Amino acid sequence: MRDKLIRLGIFLLCLVPFAVLLKGAVTGGLGPDPAKTIMLETGEWSLRLLALTLLVSPLRQWTGWSLVMRLRRMLGLYAFFYACVHLATFAHFYLGWSGSILLEELAERPYITVGFAAWSLLLPLALTSTRGWQRRLRRNWQRLHRLIYPAAVLACLHLLWQARSDIGEALVYIVIVAALLGWRLRTFWPGLAKA
Amino acid sequence: ELAAAAGPEAFQTDEKLTPYGDVSGYNNFYEFGTDKSDPARNAHTMTTDPWSVEVGGLVNKPGKLYLEDILGSFDLEERTYRLRCVEAWSMVIPWVGFPLADLLQRFEPGSDAKFVEFRTLYRPDEMSGTRSLTSIIDWPYREGLRLDEAMHPLTLLAVGLYGKTLPNQNGAPLRLVVPWKYGFKSIKSIVSINLVDRQPATSWQTLAPREYGFYSNVNPEVDHPRWSQRYERRLPSTLFSPNRIATRMFNGYEAQVAELYQGMDLRKYY
Repeated sequence: MRDKLIRLGIFLLCLVPFAVLLKGAVTGGLGPDPAKTIMLETGEWSLRLLALTLLVSPLRQWTGWSLVMRLRRMLGLYAFFYACVHLATFAHFYLGWSGSILLEELAERPYITVGFAAWSLLLPLALTSTRGWQRRLRRNWQRLHRLIYPAAVLACLHLLWQARSDIGEALVYIVIVAALLGWRLRTFWPGLAKA
Repeated sequence: ELAAAAGPEAFQTDEKLTPYGDVSGYNNFYEFGTDKSDPARNAHTMTTDPWSVEVGGLVNKPGKLYLEDILGSFDLEERTYRLRCVEAWSMVIPWVGFPLADLLQRFEPGSDAKFVEFRTLYRPDEMSGTRSLTSIIDWPYREGLRLDEAMHPLTLLAVGLYGKTLPNQNGAPLRLVVPWKYGFKSIKSIVSINLVDRQPATSWQTLAPREYGFYSNVNPEVDHPRWSQRYERRLPSTLFSPNRIATRMFNGYEAQVAELYQGMDLRKYY
């Protein structure tokens, strides 16, 4: 019962940024250039949730809490959800829903290619996130879901590539993601841990 | 607040004006932060009175102009220009100002002067953005024009917008407006104007020469390496009407300025 409440609470909490953006977009509260605000916010929330998803395993190991494992799927799906809103905003404000302009942008602009690649890596993870798929894929499920690592790296690169003069913010995310991935390297190569 | 006659027809447009609140609330003025809302929040710390502009270099009569002299000795006119940012958004703004040529002529440019170099105020204790440790701009902000661009009748020194004195975040008390070039060429809060014989180094060009050329004329055919310049969002843009419009050559001022670039490869001199 308590677990259920915590999960419901976190579910609603993750929805707050979207609700705030939606309200702003509908009422005009996002200022003269809502595209810019929505792109920035959804991109950052996607990355934040991706980092939180990556935090689940280390957190369980340190604390022994089993509850966090059951939050992982929700956090991951929310990261994908914000990435989808991010992509839809791009299509609406920047591409005018033109497929040919999308292809052109993908071909010509590496930061868009990289961002799109990150979204594409998350897509199969979202689709196979159910218990049913987990059972069907067995050991391969875990292998498949390691795609979150390159997705997080690409998402950081996507952010860094867009900085115009100040890379401070991108660096914060890079350090966090590097730490979360670095922790996994230690467990893959236990020799590193002793060093 | 500012008395100004309507400028000639050639310097107007019928397009819908961007509301005052958006013009003064959505700015790029990195001296006060990189977020669009930072300048409106932080620029009040800049002292704009007293203010003077140093005019020097290859001129016969170098000197210093105080803001009072500027306001008292040039005829102000209102001009409505399109402003196209290199980031692919745009506005339509009624400026109050006078041609830069009027000011330059007073200092008598020498025959060897070929370019004009401008500098923005640099006062770290009043400009929070210049104190950012992760910013890679080498202050003070610098911009430049070729002399014939600077003397072009479209090139304006603005002291106001919407009939009022310039808000600090829009580059008070004196800024450049070059409507056929990307917005960052229109340098804000000018403290020095220098005539030189060589193309001056400008801030964005120094920072990323592949991305920001010296000319930076608005050109839908030449993309920024990281994004397309074919379209722009005319602000205000909303979810229900994104206001995505096609970008025009020289921001729609082709008839007036194309001759400045005759015979130049605009892909090379971007």
